[in-house]
Amino acid sequence: MDITTIIHSLQAKFPGIVVGASADQLIITKEVVKPVFEFLKNGPAAFTSLHSITAVDRKDTVEVVYHVHSFAHRVMLTVKVILGNDQLEVPSLTLLWGAADWLEREVFDLFGVRFEGHPDLRRILNPDSWTAHPLRKDFQMDGIVPRPVK
Amino acid sequence: MAVNEKILGSELIDKVPGGGFVLAKTEDLFNWAKSSSLWPLTFGLACCAIEMMVTGGPHYDIDRFGSGVFRASPRQCDVMIISGTICVKMQDSIKRLYDQMPEPKYVIAMGNCAISGGIFYHDSYSVVKGAEAVGIPVDVFVAGCPPRPENLLHGIIKLQEKINSQKVKTA
Amino acid sequence: MDFQELTINMGPQHPSTHGVLFLQLKLDGEVIVDCQPHIGYLHRSIEKIAESRSLVQFMPFTDRLDYIASMNNNLGFCLAAEKLLGITASPRAQYLRVIVAELNRVASHLLAIGTFAQDLGAYATPLFYALRDREKIIQIFDKICGQRLTYNYLRIGGVAGDLPAGADQLIKDFMAYQRRILPEYHDLLTGNVIFCARSKNIGVLPKETAINYGVTGPNLRASGVAWDLRKDEPYLVYDKFDFNVVTGANGDSWDRYDVRMREIEESLKIIEQALGGLPEGDPVAKVNKVFRLNGEAYMRTENPRGELGFYIVGDGGPLPYRLKVRSPSFANLSVLSAMIKGMNISDAVCVLGSLDIVMGEIDR
Repeated sequence: MDITTIIHSLQAKFPGIVVGASADQLIITKEVVKPVFEFLKNGPAAFTSLHSITAVDRKDTVEVVYHVHSFAHRVMLTVKVILGNDQLEVPSLTLLWGAADWLEREVFDLFGVRFEGHPDLRRILNPDSWTAHPLRKDFQMDGIVPRPVK
Repeated sequence: MAVNEKILGSELIDKVPGGGFVLAKTEDLFNWAKSSSLWPLTFGLACCAIEMMVTGGPHYDIDRFGSGVFRASPRQCDVMIISGTICVKMQDSIKRLYDQMPEPKYVIAMGNCAISGGIFYHDSYSVVKGAEAVGIPVDVFVAGCPPRPENLLHGIIKLQEKINSQKVKTA
Repeated sequence: MDFQELTINMGPQHPSTHGVLFLQLKLDGEVIVDCQPHIGYLHRSIEKIAESRSLVQFMPFTDRLDYIASMNNNLGFCLAAEKLLGITASPRAQYLRVIVAELNRVASHLLAIGTFAQDLGAYATPLFYALRDREKIIQIFDKICGQRLTYNYLRIGGVAGDLPAGADQLIKDFMAYQRRILPEYHDLLTGNVIFCARSKNIGVLPKETAINYGVTGPNLRASGVAWDLRKDEPYLVYDKFDFNVVTGANGDSWDRYDVRMREIEESLKIIEQALGGLPEGDPVAKVNKVFRLNGEAYMRTENPRGELGFYIVGDGGPLPYRLKVRSPSFANLSVLSAMIKGMNISDAVCVLGSLDIVMGEIDR
């Protein structure tokens, strides 16, 4: 099962999925995040491993980027969800993959994307007291991050 | 051998003809004792910690300078080797570790990060500008990213020289 | 009688946490009821720094991610950048990259074995063995690139310089030495009754859990999954070499140790073949120093700790718009709390040591 057959089978099941810039890249809407990943993991493609979750701040939108990997078919798939800046919420994948727990906490910490249904959505890298999300492009360093003065 | 002779304190002691006892100044004796057994804290922060481990290893053998006894508890240590980047989340813990060490205590800032934040300071949002910015007084700065083990040994020798030149305070 | 849970803080300053890791352990007597790892004590915001550095300038930062295997980090970043820019290194450079990456894998595994044995209470001797042998590799690197820990040897499109005169002989000597000395490790640890009692059937990581948590590298192979990117998705010239993918049977702490021991032998095999077939030519990169970054690329490589991925997004300028590091230790540590529930407190250190984490790449 190569990447194009997987994408075709996915498109047959979920119309509206767009292939991105390269052949192994998909763009989906956040409404279908849960069923799409459930199909990817438990369907014939067997993407059993969630490799990474990250995000890219495009100033007016935020892309959440998932990399999933299938040991059975030796392929990696990139799935993107584009979120509006005013609605940074996406369903959590913690019920599907254990790896999603920390990866989603990291994206929440650095970008402020809220994962609905995450059991324990706390900051992971930065101190809990912070309010800013440092990898956002509008992040201001001065004043937000406490720096000790000599 | 020159270093060893100095640490053994041979020049501090006046030999008395006939033997049996020796004469030395209390100040010299205390400093000699303090500088010859600097026990460091087992406290690795980042990359430099690996070089600190190597310095303690068989090739460089920090034991030659009396600093080989790495203690895991700050209450048993004389010297804190800050080996790595100090980040915002870590700064309170480091200050607390320093406060827990008994007097007399010394600090070696190992590597550029512990000196001034190093390559991580600029454009970063979570790196503190070195150990002194946290409020830890540093005795010896060892530059390098990371410093070579010889460099750390040199820092320890410099610290011993500093201790040997101190005056003993009486209440 | 009344029972009460006891909370124990392990770290951030603790000799066995391999850096500044903070574990909050809830205990019922000696049994761990809950484990909550807190990370971020070494969060140096490398991903933010990357957005204001060109790719060439960012190379030294990759050294400091996984500081025990800097060459492999260099390699992962180089390949990701080359994938984005469409550059291929010369054959000699590719062979040199394989040689330094595998040497560094040996050094990293040696240190992992040494510190693991130290964590189990084998005070000093195994660690000193490891440091003694690792030092020989460090001295080879010192000769090649002038640094002991943070090498910055690889360049986008090649390497910084050719092997200096005499370096290949040093590598050959090291290989002969390491092959002679490996039985010493086996004598000391592999069949050691105390070592086996403390690590066999401790911290069993089932195959399914490992995959579910994204565990990669020797930890995954110890659980019985024969997955090695060098074999399954070959990059550089790894497809030209003959080596085996080492797997374990049970996925316990001893298997993770054993997989690393046997991987050292496989790495030595690869180095021998690469050194034997080293092609002539100029390995130094002949590319521009300033790149325009367009599009995005994701590249993963097999690090000593697992799959290291770099995700570079460009916006047409010379600086990366976003650079994400997918670090293997991050995933390997996230499985810890699922693994050590119900274990004795004394085994927590054993499991943590056998996972072989590096805080520099977890916190980034």
